[in-house]
Amino acid sequence: MKKEMESTVKNICRDSGNDKIHLLDILRRVQNQFGCVSDEAIDLIAKSLNIPRVDVESTVTFYSFLSKEPKGQIVIRLCNDIIDRMNGYDKVAKAFREELGIDFGETTKDGKISLENTPCIGMCDQAPAALVNGEVVTYLSTDRAREIVKILRLTGNPKKLVQRLGDGNNAHELVKSMVQNNIRRAGEVVFSLAESQPNIALEKALAMSPVEVINEVKTARLRGRGGAGFPTGMKWEFTRAANGDKKYIICNADEGEPGTFKDRVLLTELPDRIFEGMTIAGYAIGAEEGIMYLRGEYEYLYNFLEATLEKRRKDGLLGKNVMGKKEFNFDIRIQLGAGAYICGEETALISSCEGFRGDPKNRPPFPAQRGFLGYPSCINNVETFCAVLSILDKGAGWFAELGSRGSAGTKVLSVSGDCQSPGIYEYPFGITIKKLLKDVGAEDAMAVQVGGASGQMIGEKDYDRIICFDDLATGGSIMIFGPQRNILEVVDYFMEFFIEESCGYCTPCRVGNVVLRNYLQKIISGKGEPSDLDFLQKLGENIKAASRCGLGQTSPNPILSTLKNFHPVYAAMVREETEGLQPTFDIQAALRDSEAITGRKSVLFIH
Amino acid sequence: MNDKISFIIDDREIKAKKGQTILAAAQEAGIYIPRLCSKEGLSPFGSCRVCTVLVNGRAQASCTQPVAQGIVVENSSEKVFQIRKQIIEMLFIEGNHFCMFCEKSGNCELQALAYRFGILAPSLPFMFPEKDIDASHPDVFIDRNRCVLCGRCVRASRELDGKHVFQFVGRGPERRIAVNASADLKNTELESSDKAVEICPVGAIIRKRVGFKIPVGKRLYDHEPIGSDIEKACT
Ligand SMILES: Cc1cc2nc3c(=O)[nH]c(=O)nc-3n(C[C@H](O)[C@H](O)[C@H](O)COP(=O)(O)O)c2cc1C
Repeated sequence: MKKEMESTVKNICRDSGNDKIHLLDILRRVQNQFGCVSDEAIDLIAKSLNIPRVDVESTVTFYSFLSKEPKGQIVIRLCNDIIDRMNGYDKVAKAFREELGIDFGETTKDGKISLENTPCIGMCDQAPAALVNGEVVTYLSTDRAREIVKILRLTGNPKKLVQRLGDGNNAHELVKSMVQNNIRRAGEVVFSLAESQPNIALEKALAMSPVEVINEVKTARLRGRGGAGFPTGMKWEFTRAANGDKKYIICNADEGEPGTFKDRVLLTELPDRIFEGMTIAGYAIGAEEGIMYLRGEYEYLYNFLEATLEKRRKDGLLGKNVMGKKEFNFDIRIQLGAGAYICGEETALISSCEGFRGDPKNRPPFPAQRGFLGYPSCINNVETFCAVLSILDKGAGWFAELGSRGSAGTKVLSVSGDCQSPGIYEYPFGITIKKLLKDVGAEDAMAVQVGGASGQMIGEKDYDRIICFDDLATGGSIMIFGPQRNILEVVDYFMEFFIEESCGYCTPCRVGNVVLRNYLQKIISGKGEPSDLDFLQKLGENIKAASRCGLGQTSPNPILSTLKNFHPVYAAMVREETEGLQPTFDIQAALRDSEAITGRKSVLFIH
Repeated sequence: MNDKISFIIDDREIKAKKGQTILAAAQEAGIYIPRLCSKEGLSPFGSCRVCTVLVNGRAQASCTQPVAQGIVVENSSEKVFQIRKQIIEMLFIEGNHFCMFCEKSGNCELQALAYRFGILAPSLPFMFPEKDIDASHPDVFIDRNRCVLCGRCVRASRELDGKHVFQFVGRGPERRIAVNASADLKNTELESSDKAVEICPVGAIIRKRVGFKIPVGKRLYDHEPIGSDIEKACT
């Protein structure tokens, strides 16, 4: 066994050229093969790649899909995000626990099946959902959970769980998943690409100079669709202008923001067009290589995406002299992630591509100056590349006219939660929340979370506000909460998410978020005082200001936006302590240990 | 070409070299910006955030933020003070710091910062985490109860000692310092004379058998607050 492991691990490393850049790929393969990356495996990998073993361990312990402790051959990862919780997570979780006879975080005695929780897997419109190894199972019920365990016990094969195929390319033979697209509203920019002819945009771009392409994107006033909304043309210009022997274009397909799943649908339905967009961007900035960083949760799309790339290579759309354009060589590879929300942050994404743990990097230098391996790199969201195609297809002027002032074009929204028709909606920027709620069948919504966990929660008085960069900005996540929901529970869930997903590099994010959540829970448990609300506000503001990257700079938003928009909910939970006592101090709990040791009850503080 | 630029810090105009960090430029002008993870001779890291300043109103870590012509930096406003103070408190409550029993007391930068900021007891609730100690090495021990995750040892071992003894593992609140061995510190290349040992700002990495060699009362921060040397160097 030991010998076998040694040769297998060595072979895996050799397959990746013993190159430490591919550490994440190597670790994923070792994990899949052995159910863990053990200390032994870590030593072997370190030796093969000629790097310190502690650096390998550092990467292993960062990603949730990798573990040093053995996992079962099959890992069931039940999504426990807030939308899944609203859709019956508790019951499904109980069914899994009972049927498997284990708790979350445990493995069955025979070593076959492990049960775990995982944050948003991009299936909020078909929740509850779970990952079973690479397979996605959706619309879970208690019966279905029990059935899944039975099938897995019987066949040992997660593929057998897929009984009914999803729509569109979900049914493609290289995907064969039960995932549904749920495209409810196709708009003029992104989903119209399904009807337009492929590679016309690329052909047009290659007929122009790179600078002309960049100017076209600038004229269209395209801003990034990943959340931050940075002007795309400007980013391309900076990367083009930066000094470097090589340049990289990177597609951010990490889609980890809770409640977002639009990139998943774009990757399923328009992969060829996304790669076309990346090729145009590569041409514009002067890159020869593109990387698509695909979140580990979307591994089920990997073969399909690879095949799409292979076809483009065959058709002369990738490789040497793309479309016959002399001296334009460009190819794309896919980098799979391994379960880490922070890797969607662009500098963390670069760290991850380089084989490291996903700690964000210091800025400056910005990726456009020094990114992947120190070369100028441009990172764009999946949807941004789609928008580029329509701009070239239909003209920058046409695009700039669409949408609202300051926000040209359309936005693809992922709508989930308490509504009749969860799914994908593409609207021109400028749509009011009211109109959106009407279209999705949620006119009784009590609260809407715009922009995912890191966004903001608004209530009815704000439903006339519009979705655009200058008012309600969103990378696409819209989560709807009906009148039956408890706002503070939702907020508590978001804080739990940020604590788990923080990389822990900087103090305010690593410690501050835990403190925020402790105070929130104090309030939820009815022990809060009015002064705690001021405390939350100040601490939240400090964390936002002092944190090193976008995660900590937005993680207090759920608390800060609800303090602002749902103040009465908090106010009803706190009361002034008149006797000068600390309501958090529990004398019984404090005495418990001493009572156990002495074997008698306190005579002063009787229960 | 003149590569000198000037900027404002707390109403004072100072000169700086292009590419210098705000922290370094301020220091040359005799202005102390409190810091913990930052250490001369090591690459900037930007993890503790104690050196946070406001640059044109926006919070930035001065140890990684380069100077720019004409920026206005706040180093002693109330807002900056409150942010820093809260961060220092966070570092206290996150670990188990028992200054009165710690042999680093008086030489400890975290403790000294707390005094400089007038923190007598943190206003945040303690977390009392469970952390471990590695005393396997004949000459050095690690007490993770006192570690502030500044990464100075990680950088010093690599950049100054030419080794890779330390590295971060885990993420979020689970983040911690690990050593380059499947077992313990004794299985690494660490030597007592390594720069990585003495560079720890707190009592997390300690040389054995020399504790209390410098008596209390004669220690680095026993008479003057941390940063005084920088403030005095230039008048
Ligand atoms: C914690 C965090 C997570 C992020 N996740 C994503 C993501 O999953 N997808 C994405 O496109 N951008 C994400 N971003 C934003 C990226 O850092 C970056 O701004 C974006 O990919 C740039 O592309 P764009 O200009 O086309 O929007 C994230 C940012 C932060 C701070």
